[in-house]
Amino acid sequence: MLEVDNVSVNYGAVRAVHSVSLSVNEGEIVTLLGPNGAGKTSMLSAIIGLVPVAEGTVSFQGQNINRLDTESRVARGITVTPEGRHVFANLTVEENLILGAAIRRDAEGVARDLETYLDMFPILRERFKQSGGSLSGGEQQMLAVVRALMSGPKLLMLDEPSLGLAPQIVDQIFKLISGLRDHGLTLLVVEQNAQEALKFADRAYILSSGNLEFAGTAEELRTSADLMKAYIGEGVS
Amino acid sequence: MQYVAEQALNALSIGAEYSLLALGLAIVFSVMGLVNFAHGEFLGVGGYIMYAMALFGAGDIWMILPVCLLTVVITAVLLERVAFRPVRRAPATTGLLTAFGVAIILQNVFLMGVSPRPKAVPAIAVLNTTVDIGSFTFTILQFLEAGVTAIAIVLLVIFMRRTKLGLAMRAAAHDFTTVRLMGVRANRVIATAFAISGFLAGLAAIFFIARRGAIDPFMGLLPVLKAFVACVLGGFGSLPGAVVGGLVLGILEVVLIILLPDFLAGLRDAAVFFIIGAILVGRPQGILGKKAELGDKTA
Repeated sequence: MLEVDNVSVNYGAVRAVHSVSLSVNEGEIVTLLGPNGAGKTSMLSAIIGLVPVAEGTVSFQGQNINRLDTESRVARGITVTPEGRHVFANLTVEENLILGAAIRRDAEGVARDLETYLDMFPILRERFKQSGGSLSGGEQQMLAVVRALMSGPKLLMLDEPSLGLAPQIVDQIFKLISGLRDHGLTLLVVEQNAQEALKFADRAYILSSGNLEFAGTAEELRTSADLMKAYIGEGVS
Repeated sequence: MQYVAEQALNALSIGAEYSLLALGLAIVFSVMGLVNFAHGEFLGVGGYIMYAMALFGAGDIWMILPVCLLTVVITAVLLERVAFRPVRRAPATTGLLTAFGVAIILQNVFLMGVSPRPKAVPAIAVLNTTVDIGSFTFTILQFLEAGVTAIAIVLLVIFMRRTKLGLAMRAAAHDFTTVRLMGVRANRVIATAFAISGFLAGLAAIFFIARRGAIDPFMGLLPVLKAFVACVLGGFGSLPGAVVGGLVLGILEVVLIILLPDFLAGLRDAAVFFIIGAILVGRPQGILGKKAELGDKTA
């Protein structure tokens, strides 16, 4: 579904990503791991078109999307929940979700999806008329995910969904995220919390200093103490 | 009593005019961080189009008013497209200088295209007709200024709360990149902000010119400064703040005209700005502005 072929990304004179290739197949959950500053967010930004690709190609559903702007990529079915959630704090939960569906013209489909997701995330129904800024971190993360889902994406990319959340909330968020696969979604999840991400991912990539260090199944990475130690660091169980 | 009622409506109508201009400045600023100092020239565009229409025999007021509004809206959208869009990614000072450049160009278009001297625009003077209600005397214009501004604000609130584009504009005021991630076109949001600011300025132009009865190439200068002051007073970037700031400014002006003895009348603006300065010393963030610490990213 998503093919990233030898993509490099520059920030000014600094190269943040060095010729990285990765792919995400339909129905898969793929995780992109690596320490802080490894270029994970740059990779996502390049896929969604917020930063230009210096070299290489990004293709979605077999078509080169290098030259499409961000808005057109969202219209094609790629969406991202940004790092730090970026909930619209001055809008209500309801308004956040309406805006999430801004590109859709099928009012009935939007209303149906809204009901489905509010059933999946009942806390959002409870907070429906509250401002986004009044929500807790975990609630904001759920709102950011559902807001992205409201656009009816084919590929959902999540940037550090566990960032700054309490461990039991992280658990809950990841359970909900992995449940999205059953709704026909394909997921690319960027995480620093490798332990959690590898529990539900099918395949994993590891970035380090902008270079691809590992590509393989999550199983492979999870069960190899050496790999975990080499790339993920401390806290290996 | 009669005097108080008349002056109260006067304060309200002058304040409403400032509010319209300040709202336009604030909408564009909130969405794209640009202080559009060419905003005052929208008054000039409206004024000169009215002048031209009267000159060429299309002086019917029901023709003039919609054409004036439409012309100002189109000018605003056009300026965004040709002048402000190319510098959107540039530092904020570049946008500011671009705005001054646009203002100077427009002033000179008026100056060379028509005349450096003031020209009379009597076409909409009919708005100054007085009406007597009991023992009170008002002009139609005063009711229109207060009433139309109130209606425009209500419509704007509905637009900002009930439409997707309105939601996107409110969201963009805080986080433009994330609005783009929703698939909402940045260009559309910004063009809409300019169109709305142009519409509000078009209304202000009608009132402004009906009040003065004349146009000149630099007529937009003082109003845009006052609108800027109104924005700062209310809390820059806050739309309710712009309305409140405009009203406070209008009320202050009228109160000072009444209170200042004749030989001090020339100090009116100085006194107004002195009071505003004093308010800002106590509330640097403006009346409705949120307090932001330096380095506060969420502000």
